[in-house]
This record gives sequence, C-alpha cells and structure tokens, in this order.
Amino acid sequence: MLCQECQKRPATLHFTKINNGEKTEVHLCEHCAGEKGDFFMFNQSPSLTINSLLAGLFNVQPSFQQEQQNKDYQANELVQCDKCGMTFSQFLKVGRFGCAHCYEVFETQLTPILRRLHGGNWKHSGKIPQRSGGTFHLKKKIDILKETLQTLVVNEEFEKAAEIRDEIRSIEKLMQEGGN
Amino acid sequence: MSLEKFLTQSRSSWMNGNGPQSDIVLTSRIRLARNLKNNLFPTIFTPEDAKNVLQQIEDTLPLLTLHPLKDIEILKMEKLQPLHKRVLVEKHLISPNLAEDSSHGACLLTPNEEISIMVNEEDHIRIQCIFPGLQLNEALSLANAVDDQLEQHLEYAFNEVRGYLTSCPTNVGTGLRASVMVHLPGLVMTQQMSQLIPSINQLGLVVRGIYGEGSEALGNIFQISNQVTLGKSEQDIILDLTSVVEQIIEQEKSAREVLAKTSGLQLEDRVYRSLGILTNSRIMESKEAARCLSDVRLGIDMGYIKDIPKSILNELMILTQPGFLQQYAGGQLRPFERDVRRATLIRERLLLGKND
Repeated sequence: MLCQECQKRPATLHFTKINNGEKTEVHLCEHCAGEKGDFFMFNQSPSLTINSLLAGLFNVQPSFQQEQQNKDYQANELVQCDKCGMTFSQFLKVGRFGCAHCYEVFETQLTPILRRLHGGNWKHSGKIPQRSGGTFHLKKKIDILKETLQTLVVNEEFEKAAEIRDEIRSIEKLMQEGGN
Repeated sequence: MSLEKFLTQSRSSWMNGNGPQSDIVLTSRIRLARNLKNNLFPTIFTPEDAKNVLQQIEDTLPLLTLHPLKDIEILKMEKLQPLHKRVLVEKHLISPNLAEDSSHGACLLTPNEEISIMVNEEDHIRIQCIFPGLQLNEALSLANAVDDQLEQHLEYAFNEVRGYLTSCPTNVGTGLRASVMVHLPGLVMTQQMSQLIPSINQLGLVVRGIYGEGSEALGNIFQISNQVTLGKSEQDIILDLTSVVEQIIEQEKSAREVLAKTSGLQLEDRVYRSLGILTNSRIMESKEAARCLSDVRLGIDMGYIKDIPKSILNELMILTQPGFLQQYAGGQLRPFERDVRRATLIRERLLLGKND
C-alpha cells in the first residue's frame, strides 16, 4: 500500500481516526506522518501509560477543597516509606508502590484512592494465606463461626450451637497459645 | 519442520477447545498476583533484589509436591531467544512486559501449559491458570492450590486490612484477575455489542477486544474480566463474572438463532465464502485471517460445516501471529513474507483438519 499523501513511499503507519463517530482510515509513510502534525502527536507522548493515567486519577482534588486541606495534602506528599524510600508524591507519579511497607506508611492517604479504584471498597475480604496470615486466619474463622452460632440460636438448634461454641473456645485457646 | 510436528509442539492443552460452553467461551483464565514480604517490589528493586527473588523461587521448586507442579520447567528471560519469547507472549503465557523489560524475569511453565508462573514482572509472582471453555472455578481452584503450595515456602506480603499487597493498587486485595475469552460474532453482526459493552462496564467488569485495538475486536473475540480486586471474595468475583458471561452466552445464542432464521442463506453464504478464502488464498493479512476464521468457526458452531474441528479458530488465531509464523519458518520474516506464510499455514491446517 502506498502512502496516501505522497503516493510514492509505502505506507507504514496506519491510523483509524474517529471524529464525531465518523471513522476515517489514514495510511501514511513515516515522512508524511511527520509532516502531518495531528498524527505526529502520538509519537510525542510515549510516556502516556496506564500508570500516568492512574496517577492522574489519584491526584484529582475536589475543587471545593480549602487552602488548609491543600496544605495537609502537601504535607502528605512528603510522607516517606522508611524501608524503600518512596515518598507519597513519587507514588502518585508512578502509580506503583516500592515495597509492602509502603502500604502501612501511606495507610491514611490510601483509603480514598482504593475506594475510587475498587468501587468504594477499601478492606480485603478474600483469601487469607495460611502462614503469613498468622492468627488473622483464626480470627476470621471465629467471626464466621459466631455468625453460624447466632443463626443456630435464633433457630433454637441448641445442640449444634453448643458444638459451635466449643469450637470457638478451642480456637480462641489456640490463638492465645500462639500469641504467647 | 512439518506442520504436524509444529502443531504438536505449539498446542497448549487449553487450545483443544473442549470445555463447557466452548462454542462461545474459548478460554477461562485466572491470575493471582503475589509479592514477597521482605523484598522491594519490582517497581524500584535493584538487579540484586531481582536475582534474590528469583533465587528464592528457584529454591522452592524442588520442594513442591502438588502433582501438576512436579514437572514444572523454568524459563529465564535472559536466556531465551527474542523469537521464543514472542511465541510465549502470543500464547498469552507471559506478558510483553516480562519478555522485554524485566530484570531477572522468568516463567515457570508446566508441560501442558495450564499453569504458568511469571517471576519479576510487575509483581514478584504472578500465577496464571488457563482452561478451555467456561471453567473459572476449576481454574481458580488450581491457582489457589499452586498459591497455597508456594506460600508454604515463601513469605508473602499480606496485610489484614488490604489483603495481598501488589505493586499497583489496582490489583491489591485478592490480587485476582479472572478473565474469559468469548467469541461473539452473533452480537457483533446484529450490532448489539456496542450497547452491551457500556452495561457490562457498569457492573464493574472490563470488556476488551483482543487481537485488535480499541473497540474493534479482531475475529469477534472479546475478553471480559473483573476490575475490582479489593473488598470481594475470590468466589464472589468469579460468581459475578460467570453470571454475566452466562447471560452474554444466552444473548449470543439468541442472536445466532435470529440470524439463522431471518438471513440463514446469507449467513451460510458468508461462512462458505470465508472458508473459500481460507482454503485458497496465497497471501493473507492477519486482519482478514481473523475475520474469516471467525466466520468459519461460527459456521462450525451452527452446523453448516461438519468436517473441520472447532478448535480451529482458537488454534489458528494464535498460530498465525507473527512470532509463530517466524518460528514455523525458522527465521525472521518480512511482513509480506508473513502474509504468504500465514496463507500457506492456514491452507495446510484446513487440509489436515479434514483428515482428523
């Protein structure tokens, strides 16, 4: 296919341009693409990646926010992770954390960001690793058992409820032993 | 290399096309992102850190007892030829990022290619399981089993509030990305896809055309995946995705029925024209190949074509990509040469298909 501008060189760049729902296909050689400014803009911003888009998302500041809050925000940006050295403003720029510890250091700033990314959610409610989860695993299990206990009591299934109660006790005992 | 030999070497188990709902769902994929607690994330780690991460994972390999992991092979990116890496990318076994940018990146791969574990991509560990058809639950159980096994020997970065900690906050929590690849020619032909995409997005799911850019999906193949990874359990994420996919399957089926009823002959004509192009062309661009393969696959699903296995779309969409063509040819090919190779490969494959 020949370049549609010069009709001499082979077209190496193919664009689909959508303007007000109208689709036009454009085939150009590199030379002519360079001269046609509006296509060239793609080459000028190679850094527009998903992460810089994300960073933009984190930075959205509601317009009604007051001066004082802005100052707080600026102070926030200086918070630095003492393990990997990443500052909050660096995180905003790259959109990625430096290490696991960052999550603790940036904890307060993080919740609104996570809410925005995860449909309002900020708290994990999925799988818990067997080892790294520690006693949290057991805590979670107790929560579930307590819920079951409630339902059993409401349904007056006291025999089963007693079993569950004993199970909860034994787990609690286990946790105390683990803690010591 | 003979075509048969090439095919046996290139096929992954999920390409065989047998699975529930496999007339519409090509594959189900689960990805779990995990990081090691004591190492810096790949965002900022030094080559030494990267090497250390890889070493820790290599050290655990002999300790793995889970049956499918026994024969797992480690492929280090620095040792692979660019072409070989490209083929792995085209099979969706590794990401372009791992192939090109990673420091001490590696991929652990089981012989049937059902499980692949990327090391030092955006996160230290990314476990991926691919199954044919709609089998998200099966893929999740396998991924979980692999995850549990690794966790016995490695210290994961996990936090009670935020869950599994990932480099990018879009993956935190479960670290789970579940995705299905669906073939939706009926919805595209009846122009329902453009309405469907925004409503799927509203449900917290993402739809992308794969093998294509933007809204245009090459070969009418779309990928639907979850967006939210935090605040929902793995099972709920899978359940939500599965139920949406099941509805899409129903809609696709009724679109196909309507097409067959109202313009059956036109549809049959289109299918056989595409088959004609595939069996006779000498030069074929990837876009045309994708379009014709989609038509032929639809023709097989609708019962017009009986002597071609339905795995053809799955298989040829992957095998006619530039990396594979060049591997088959045994060296670099210019774009025009690829188009010629592609046409040849498709012709030969279709002839083989008839003998199956």
